[in-house]
Amino acid sequence: MGGNSDMKLIDENGIRIDGRKVDELRPIKIEAGVLKSADGSAYVEIGKNKVLAAVYGPRECHPRHMQNPAKAIVQCKYNMISFSVSDRKRPGPDRRSVEISKLISEAMDYVVFTENYPRTSIDVYIEVLQANAGTRCAGLTAAAVALADAGIPMKDIIPAVAVGKVNDQVVLDLNKEEDNYGQADLPIAIIPRTGEVLLLQMDGHLTQEEFDKALDMGVKACQEIYELQKDALRRRYAIVNGEDEAKDEDQEMPEEA
Amino acid sequence: MNKESMTRELVLPGDLLDTGSMKPGEGTYVQDGNIFAAMLGIKSVKSNFVNVIPLGGRYIPAPGDMIIGKVIDIGPSNWLVDIFSPYPAPLHVNEVPWRVEFGDTARYLGVGDTLLAKVLSVDETKRVQVTMKEQGLRKLQGGQIVEISHSKVPRVIGKNGSMIQMIKTYTNCRIMVGNNGRIWMDGNMEDMVHAKQAIRMIDEGAQTLKLTERVKEFLESVYRKEE
Repeated sequence: MGGNSDMKLIDENGIRIDGRKVDELRPIKIEAGVLKSADGSAYVEIGKNKVLAAVYGPRECHPRHMQNPAKAIVQCKYNMISFSVSDRKRPGPDRRSVEISKLISEAMDYVVFTENYPRTSIDVYIEVLQANAGTRCAGLTAAAVALADAGIPMKDIIPAVAVGKVNDQVVLDLNKEEDNYGQADLPIAIIPRTGEVLLLQMDGHLTQEEFDKALDMGVKACQEIYELQKDALRRRYAIVNGEDEAKDEDQEMPEEA
Repeated sequence: MNKESMTRELVLPGDLLDTGSMKPGEGTYVQDGNIFAAMLGIKSVKSNFVNVIPLGGRYIPAPGDMIIGKVIDIGPSNWLVDIFSPYPAPLHVNEVPWRVEFGDTARYLGVGDTLLAKVLSVDETKRVQVTMKEQGLRKLQGGQIVEISHSKVPRVIGKNGSMIQMIKTYTNCRIMVGNNGRIWMDGNMEDMVHAKQAIRMIDEGAQTLKLTERVKEFLESVYRKEE
């Protein structure tokens, strides 16, 4: 950030180094229910980012003193695997991953109906398999799909995207080069239906006009990602309309034969 | 079955279900007078209530539910029962069909024993109590346990118990289905394998078409071979 600003990242035609326009997302692939032993899971690829999210719970909360008698707690662990970046990352939690874990758990805590499951914890694990800028957004996008896959009640599925400023232009979904040599980075997560902001950070400088433009761009892109998230879940749970299946109120216990 | 509950529409969290003419049921929430889905599931309309029937998720105990539990701890006047849910349930000595002296609990139920019980009460912090003091509730001796998602229990039972009855008739096993998604069965070793396979089939294909017929075909093919 704020490094070599004479580096040319956008050409005269407004095309970025990876061939995208300024308001274009990287190609996104989302898959729900990829892990068998997790209650819910999702795999997300955003450009060169590869992120895996798993949700366990609601389950009994350990240690006991963390339990909240009124609601469930959402615990998130964001982790970058040592081979996710070109220079080997020293494994284990660090300042950055603790911060991102906290941010993501708070964003999810706001959308999940935690009061339905007092004294429990909902554990979300996000593993970054390959990083290329914007992993917190990819992580949150994956975690939201995994939560829905786990059948956890929540207000909405939340998408996230980063907007930034590169060569004095506001651009959507920064890649690694743009993130490293750009002027600003602004990750955004919203509730698509209401437009409520769940996560907003800013690294670098933006003027008021640039910020407004960036936010606008981010919200629009979030809607796009939201559709892809829903699409992934629909694919996973494709139902054939059955007509001969049990009615759901037929819950009575059969007598033993 | 009324016509409205026939349409099986998949809904995702945040999907709009109704704009105010109906009442919010289970798995829904209300915002600005509109009803939205709170979880992934199938939309169903029953007597003017919109509900979302979940496709997964953990079992949350409700009073009156018949459950199959496993003893995980013993106290001097109670047992702690795992009911396949985020909340373990204590079973007090007053709630068992035997007269138990204080401190003599281990003689009646040991750690690892399975039992058929009923949820007695659930308070607002989801503290659960279970009872065995009702007809048919007992310790389950022998047999095997199969665990499925609690949301698929109605599929395993089938319309008026048709599915479970069919499995019982073919396999000749004794089968009990708990509302918490645990299924206990006892019978001939090979028969139990078939019954288990049939249940797995239902678990995996719970939302597919003509499931009853496919399970029937499977059971028929297995038992025709053996004769």
